[in-house]
Amino acid sequence: MSIIIDNDTKLVVSGLTGREGSFHGLRNRDYGTQLVAGVTPGKGGQDVEGTPVFNTIAESVDEAGANTSMIFVPAKFAAAAINEAIDSGVETVIAITEGIPVMDMLPTYWKAREKGVRLIGPNCPGVLSPGKANVGIIPAQFFDQGRIGVVSKSGTLTYQIGNELKQAGEGNSTIVGIGGDPIVGSDFIDILTLFEADDETDMIVMVGEIGGDAEEKAAEFIAAEISKPVVAYIAGFTAPPGKQMGHAGAIISGSSGTAQAKQEALEAKGVRVGESPTEAAQIAVEILGSL
Amino acid sequence: MDLLEYQGKELFARHGLPVPKGVHASTVDAAVTASETLGYPVAVKAQVLIGGRGKAGGIKIAQDSTEAHEYAGEIIGMDIVGPHGEGPFKVHELWVEAGSEIESEFYASVILDRSAKKLMVMLSRMGGMDVEAIAASDPEALVKQHVDPITGLGEDEARQIAARAKIPEQVAGEVANVLVQLVEVAQAEDATLIEVNPLIVNSDGEVILLDAKVTIDGNSLYRHPELEELPESADQDPQEAMARERGLTYVSLDGNIGILGNGAGLCMSTLDVVAQAGGRPANFLDAGGGSKAEAIIDALEVITSNPEVSAILFNIFGGITRCDEVARGIIEATGKIGLELPLVVRLDGTNSEEGLALLAEAGLSNLHHEATMLGAARKVVELAGN
Repeated sequence: MSIIIDNDTKLVVSGLTGREGSFHGLRNRDYGTQLVAGVTPGKGGQDVEGTPVFNTIAESVDEAGANTSMIFVPAKFAAAAINEAIDSGVETVIAITEGIPVMDMLPTYWKAREKGVRLIGPNCPGVLSPGKANVGIIPAQFFDQGRIGVVSKSGTLTYQIGNELKQAGEGNSTIVGIGGDPIVGSDFIDILTLFEADDETDMIVMVGEIGGDAEEKAAEFIAAEISKPVVAYIAGFTAPPGKQMGHAGAIISGSSGTAQAKQEALEAKGVRVGESPTEAAQIAVEILGSL
Repeated sequence: MDLLEYQGKELFARHGLPVPKGVHASTVDAAVTASETLGYPVAVKAQVLIGGRGKAGGIKIAQDSTEAHEYAGEIIGMDIVGPHGEGPFKVHELWVEAGSEIESEFYASVILDRSAKKLMVMLSRMGGMDVEAIAASDPEALVKQHVDPITGLGEDEARQIAARAKIPEQVAGEVANVLVQLVEVAQAEDATLIEVNPLIVNSDGEVILLDAKVTIDGNSLYRHPELEELPESADQDPQEAMARERGLTYVSLDGNIGILGNGAGLCMSTLDVVAQAGGRPANFLDAGGGSKAEAIIDALEVITSNPEVSAILFNIFGGITRCDEVARGIIEATGKIGLELPLVVRLDGTNSEEGLALLAEAGLSNLHHEATMLGAARKVVELAGN
């Protein structure tokens, strides 16, 4: 199996005619992902290196059988594009765009939930199921096929950990970047649920960072619902309160959202937390070896 | 983006919410003139982005021009330390406003509840004290309610919140209206936090928003040009101001090791690993995908403008970013700005071998290469000294 994307994924990219959208969309196609369509209003009927372009996502669903949408449009228009995708009939929407105002994401989040559409992101690197499909900007060369599921708020940190796992001879079922915004479509617990049910995933690495309480909620959820081993890494121990550390969501508010609190919450539920990305990868390798 | 009190009140006034009349002043003379115009008594209030101004002596009530002169002189230039030791923040600006006779003080706020993915309204009849203190002393006195993300906060619902908070009947309707409007302001202005503490009833029975703490979502500024153009607080850290001008994601810290990484997560992790190795990071700087020499020059100039910095760590894991391009950028940038400080470079990921070969070829005497993040952290700590 793997989760979210696989050999059956039929991808439509909103923003495929743009510079970033075409670069990454075509990279995903080169990887082996079935890229069935692009969408740019007013450019229907054109093609991008052989991939047909439609005016709307719904048309790409009807005419090209798209079931997964990737959003690569500028922040100003991204929430509207996500809403369009939610209404179009695709099952999954993966939003890469960074910088979407949070007030736009609040109704969009609830719309996706209500319609039962899986939303990943925004402000995320996407999803990679090694050997099957790649949707987003994750560089596939740092990840091998394997039994470890990875879920992360951060892109480069995931590449770092994936690469260390690869060098240790281990690989991944799926890597999911959930994004660094305050409001994202899927949280750790949503992805943990999918990994728990996935028969190709034996264990899970979870990469968190300061801000919000998604890690604390995940700790409770792991204790109650997840039977597979989970290893965590948390970034931001040295972050000062009240400062946004790159990601819009990476901010300690008052005394809540600290890395310390997240580590303690996870450890209290028996989740081992690596002190560095390297140590987290080492623990994962050790646990996998003992299964 | 946090607004100063007066900026928040101007925002409220634009939406028709009742705030006291006031004037912004940055000199003693301007403060006295403002006081004369408003009529005594006036409140002379320090404009800094920190709570607890009153206790710190940053808010004074002047009864006449002598007092206005005296208090404005005291407050401008004073250093205010926050209740949790934040700062000190030097006062450069004042807000002089017409004095209000306070009959009762309430607390009202609208915040983004990330956990619930909804806005949340809070209301209490115990105003004027810290919200954490209200929650600790009498949790039932702080009423919290989530706002429906589609329909917003209705008037009836707001009335119920006011009733649950035991707001006196005579003003409950008006307080409920304020709540409804605050939610509308949050939505219209992209505010992730609006705190009014205190929300008062004056001796004429009028409900007035006496303070304003507002945070605007930085991602929304493109649709709020009037907020984007607000003057920077004069107290801003010089490196943060410089980085902002250059469009860099930078946060000042109090150490001596300059840090440049790519990606917010990896950069945060780099700070942690340096701290674990016994070092003190001077900053967070996410270079993003910026591998070109120009972007690296920009970043290095900001880092080295901090006189505390005695060594720099460059931690790159190239994904889409190619390490050979980064290496070329580092070589060109160090040459151009004549960088003499020790520079520890860790380059991994896409085209790292080509990148490392370029660095070796350049033979920069102050450049040290380390293969791993942990090794690089230890090396830079050793080179930085204390």
